[in-house]
Amino acid sequence: MSTDVVMPQMGESIAEGTIVRWLRKVGDEIDRDEPLFEISTDKVDAEIPSPAAGILIAIKVQEGETVPINSVVAVIGESDDVASAAPPAEAAPATPAPPAPSSLAAADPSAAGAVERVRSSPLVRRLAREHGVDLSQVTGSGSGGRVTKQDILAHIDRRPAKVSPAPPGTDAPRPRVAPVASVDAAPGVSAEGTAPTFEAGQSSVAVPMTVMRQRIAEHMVASRRTSAHVHSIFEVDFSRVQQLRKAHGARYDRSGAKLTLMPFIAKAVIDALRAMPIVNTSVDGDRVVYKRDINLGVAVALESGLIVPVVKNADEKNLLGLSRAIADLAGRARARQLVPADVQDGTFTITNPGGLGAVFGLPIINQPQVAILGVGSLEKRPVVVNDAIAIRSIAYLTLGFDHRLIDGVVADQFMGHVKRGLEQFEESIV
Amino acid sequence: MAERTYLEAIRQGLAEEMARDERVYAIGEDIGAYGGAFKVTEGLLDRFGAERVIDTPISETAIIGAAIGSAYVGMRPVAELQFIDFVACCFNILTNFAAKSRYRWGAGVPMVVRGPCGGGVSGGPFHSANPEAHFLHTPGLKIVEPSTAYDAKGLIKAAVRDDDPVLFLEHKFLYRRVKDEVPDADYVVPIGQAVVRRPGDDVTVVTFGAMTYTALEAAEQLAQRDVEVEVIDLRTLSPLDHETVLKSLAKTNKIVVLHEAQRTGGIGAEIAAAITERGFEHLDAPPVRLASLDTPVPYNPALEAAFRPGVEQIVAAVGQLVEY
Repeated sequence: MSTDVVMPQMGESIAEGTIVRWLRKVGDEIDRDEPLFEISTDKVDAEIPSPAAGILIAIKVQEGETVPINSVVAVIGESDDVASAAPPAEAAPATPAPPAPSSLAAADPSAAGAVERVRSSPLVRRLAREHGVDLSQVTGSGSGGRVTKQDILAHIDRRPAKVSPAPPGTDAPRPRVAPVASVDAAPGVSAEGTAPTFEAGQSSVAVPMTVMRQRIAEHMVASRRTSAHVHSIFEVDFSRVQQLRKAHGARYDRSGAKLTLMPFIAKAVIDALRAMPIVNTSVDGDRVVYKRDINLGVAVALESGLIVPVVKNADEKNLLGLSRAIADLAGRARARQLVPADVQDGTFTITNPGGLGAVFGLPIINQPQVAILGVGSLEKRPVVVNDAIAIRSIAYLTLGFDHRLIDGVVADQFMGHVKRGLEQFEESIV
Repeated sequence: MAERTYLEAIRQGLAEEMARDERVYAIGEDIGAYGGAFKVTEGLLDRFGAERVIDTPISETAIIGAAIGSAYVGMRPVAELQFIDFVACCFNILTNFAAKSRYRWGAGVPMVVRGPCGGGVSGGPFHSANPEAHFLHTPGLKIVEPSTAYDAKGLIKAAVRDDDPVLFLEHKFLYRRVKDEVPDADYVVPIGQAVVRRPGDDVTVVTFGAMTYTALEAAEQLAQRDVEVEVIDLRTLSPLDHETVLKSLAKTNKIVVLHEAQRTGGIGAEIAAAITERGFEHLDAPPVRLASLDTPVPYNPALEAAFRPGVEQIVAAVGQLVEY
């Protein structure tokens, strides 16, 4: 009895996935849950474990190919399936006997899915594809339970993180962001790939983009096209934060957390977002959509590319909780263990171009959010304090904001809030 | 600007073209002294003389044959068929000769064949035909059928100026019932362009000729039930303006094709097929054809009313599409 290996659905809105790499060859023996192949989807890259123990009999989808979810990508069989795959030598009867029911089931890949077909129309199926909607999740109001145009449009409208301007099938955009640095990302994260080999006489080589790179490219251009980007840069004195880190760091270490700069910044941002709800919104046509929750995206640089996992309900966490959540997400992002829910529903994003020494960055907004905070490098700088020159730990924070919704005054009030929160950080919170 | 009937608009367009270009002449049965069975050519004999307004014996084949021959030697004939039903008599010379002439010999036939089509007037089986489907299938022929007086003048002038054969279908029900503003100015309505007669978001009705008014009446009724119908008047039947239809479909996602000719093998089938091929992913329901029954046209007024699609059928079909 063989087992079909299918392209898994990594999140409800995902319609297809790309096989990045096969970790096993045809003929290899494999245990259940052993990594079998790597995939890349619009939302996450992941290692997929084998659904069964046995021999890898067939690979049906090659590396680099993209197939719809639930497509059979490989077949795992018991060791004698390989031999029995050859037709029996006996003379066939004049009238072929009908195949045994079990072999019929195995031969028909669609039987594996066995889902009831959803009644719809060509238009509805196109809309579902473009918006990554699983039609079985949509209630049909048409004749015989048909999913109508109105049904699917209402369903798409109701979905939380709607990104109208983004290209089809890309409803979880990632922003352009440099390393997430101070969490614990070591500088020295390599740039994407190494230069390819040039043949004699060849002056250029074209290499296909990775799926993640294509998505980043789409999202960045879509964001620039959507939002009226303006940037405002504030100088922030981190001396008090550094003091608090020194005083309390050991205590955090003992509880297995690391008191980096990022939870402090996150905390100050959360307070500012609470004070100014207009920054925790998105734009939907001519409506402003206010978000009840503060879900904080923190950009994490990967070996090639980047991703923005989201700390859900960040305003309900204390500093220790924030430290742990950020470290956990960054760790899992690098280990490629994020699940789709980890990158959805962000309402504000922090990015850290300072990790590799940038004094400040001018980040692009992570759609459909309306603002993004960029953290520059933390340096000791001479500054004037009470008419004397003092040495202080200074970083430049940049707010990239969407001027369609947020005016300069509002942005600067928000940044004033963040600055005050950091410069006068309350010790009791730590 | 003067209001003119559909019939007067055709006459004015024809007269303007004859005045503009002396190669243009009219030929047909009783079109001279009598002014034509419906009086479309009334007054042209007095104005342009018997050499340019030619009465013929009762032979449609002879009329079209003579017209083609004169076109070959540089004239621009406008041939009238007293009822368009009898164009069938000329099927061979139209489809095998005139339509292929440019392709085969490089000789264009700048001829207009015009005549009254359509029913609703108890014309019976020999005087009510809508023959567009026979000729839609023939490359090399253009087919137009105006629904307004403005378009009637603009399209007859465009047809006369066309260097290839044009079948000009005049809906006899509209001759004196339709009256709208027609400029005295020299203008043409380009062949090959449909027009949206009424905008709407819910269902598209594609039609032409007299059915345009039936569709507009149905749309008016449906609007009272908050169903907004977009009515497209094709105006030209060959070449078809698929773009206007597909653009509307992309908005409404539901479509009814309405025509007065019989259903099977009609122009509605062609439009429905084209929509399905080119607009499949815009369809939220199957395209619906509304047409006359697959029988000869009945003479009895009650039977004829039952034979042709009417407001009631359109309202029902659109209602079903909305609910689909």
